[in-house]
Amino acid sequence: MSRYLLVKLAESALAIWGVVTIVFFVSRVLGDPAVLLVPVGASQQDIDTIRTALGLDRPILEQYVVSLFSMLRGDFGMSFQQGRPAMDIVLERMPDTALLAGTALLFGSIIGAVCGAIAALKRGTVAEFIVMVAALLGQATPVFWLGIMLILIFAVDLGWLPTGGAGTWAHLVLPGLTLSVFVSASIARLLRSSLLDIMREDYVRTARAKGLLPRTVFFWHIARNALIPVVTMVGIIAGELLGGSVVIETVFAWPGVGRVIMQAIQNQDFPVIQAGVALIAAIFIVVNLLVDLLYGVLDPRIRRR
Amino acid sequence: MAPLLEVRNLTVAFDTPSGTVHAVNDVSYTLEEGETLGIVGESGSGKSVHALSMVGLIASPPGRVVAGEVLFQGRNLLTLPKRELFEVRGKEIGFVFQDPMTSLNPVLTIERQIAEPLRRHFGMSALAASNRVVELLELVGIPDAARRAKQYPHEFSGGMRQRVMIAIGISCNPKLLIADEATTALDVTVQAQILDLVRDLKRRIGTTVIWITHDMGVVAGLADTVQVMYGGRIMERGPVRPVFHDPRSAYTWGLLKSLPHGGKRGVTRLYQIPGNPPDLTKPPLGDPFAPRNQFATARCHTEVPPLLDVAGSTPGHKVAAWYDLRAELAGQAELTGQEGQP
Repeated sequence: MSRYLLVKLAESALAIWGVVTIVFFVSRVLGDPAVLLVPVGASQQDIDTIRTALGLDRPILEQYVVSLFSMLRGDFGMSFQQGRPAMDIVLERMPDTALLAGTALLFGSIIGAVCGAIAALKRGTVAEFIVMVAALLGQATPVFWLGIMLILIFAVDLGWLPTGGAGTWAHLVLPGLTLSVFVSASIARLLRSSLLDIMREDYVRTARAKGLLPRTVFFWHIARNALIPVVTMVGIIAGELLGGSVVIETVFAWPGVGRVIMQAIQNQDFPVIQAGVALIAAIFIVVNLLVDLLYGVLDPRIRRR
Repeated sequence: MAPLLEVRNLTVAFDTPSGTVHAVNDVSYTLEEGETLGIVGESGSGKSVHALSMVGLIASPPGRVVAGEVLFQGRNLLTLPKRELFEVRGKEIGFVFQDPMTSLNPVLTIERQIAEPLRRHFGMSALAASNRVVELLELVGIPDAARRAKQYPHEFSGGMRQRVMIAIGISCNPKLLIADEATTALDVTVQAQILDLVRDLKRRIGTTVIWITHDMGVVAGLADTVQVMYGGRIMERGPVRPVFHDPRSAYTWGLLKSLPHGGKRGVTRLYQIPGNPPDLTKPPLGDPFAPRNQFATARCHTEVPPLLDVAGSTPGHKVAAWYDLRAELAGQAELTGQEGQP
């Protein structure tokens, strides 16, 4: 187990280093942030002063090595725009992103699981057809379009809910719903096919031959096995959502991590971009690690000793 | 005494996109308490399907029982309310399935899988069930049972898993144990061990057994009665000795002839029954084996022969044939001067 964790840790460090490196060099192509920091019509001398102050006049490799060592100490630098630690700016948006992601995951998983189970158990009925068509539409509809449509209907026309922003539960409804639709559609489709596969397994017949009640057979023998691939997918979705769903946060002006990174890119605020991307990568890795461990709990065949 | 099991005119069909498959056709037989019945036949002979359909274990749809009665201790299992059928399964009738690799749930411990029927049917506490599981594992010859019970199927070898399957099958001391190709997926040596185990268990707990296999050799060593099935019908049945030594169905004769004879020297090619099993979406009008039968008469192709007592053989020896195999073989032997019987 400790060896497994060590390997995982080394892999994670390597992955984060890779992501940070790519982001470092790619973001330098965006342009010169100093230009954005000075008032319109400032002299070249003013711009140069700022470049020197930010360390942007140094050779790019030197900048890279310096920032890499700072990151090792947990220092992601100061935001060019706000003059505050970049990581603080990203982290303070984390609760909002987590709230939205948690809502979408919770409702999406419940709705998706129920729909997927209905579709599998009521195979060949109208119920299955309706659920599957709805799930296909839900998965195929672009979230930004759905988001805008929901805003038009419930915020603009009916005026029941705010168009964007955060603060009250009412602000959470539309972005939460939009993401839930996508999450539940994905889960319903995967769970249905997974359940149908497992129902044909020999050990399900064994369970029936024991005289177990249908609900015992379903929960302990069918669902227990069918959930294994679903858990993996929920993990991937959780990672994506916790990294901030850039599109939805932008559409609903939701002040989350995705949106703050989006703004940082527009402002060429390199330290914030780097801090944000490093954080997302770390979240992804942690979530994946958790999924791996959960996988071991669900499936003894891959449990490590 | 009334028989433990009486199957009357059992007919099972599967509705598939390519037509209705007539898997089991008009099968009738009785099974006495304590008897071991070996059912032999090749794939698609309806031997497994008929057993599964008795307790509602075939997938439905596409499968359905078209007609018949299955009287188990006087009750018709086919019309039993679901709740009561669930009480029969596992408790009165235990099952051992073919592939021990896929017939055990990979994510539950062996203990849990054996304990399930005990807790369900006898309402045993977790502790009582756990103790009983260890007893059962010891009974089926698994060493270090207490520790092994906590393990998962993938930690067991094929033979050990089959022993676990048997432990599940006998856990509630069923009146009837149905083993469906229980040794097919195993190595020959392991197969022999499992057969020894079953013989031993039979002696100790006296269960009635239906042993379904395609292996004539297994039946010879285990069964009291043998029943040969083909195309969803019973071709021949009777006590093992007369059926093996004096077969009256051309199909039984062909099966026996295609067995390798251990001990006999020489490089003679094994006998092969010509042709392929019938397409059961379009079952033959008459005897299903007629198209492959060199002794078939005109009547065989048009009319299904009834299963009748063989005159002059041991009581209980029955065959479904319009032709007289013994006379045909005697005639052939005269012509070629060869031994016709296997």
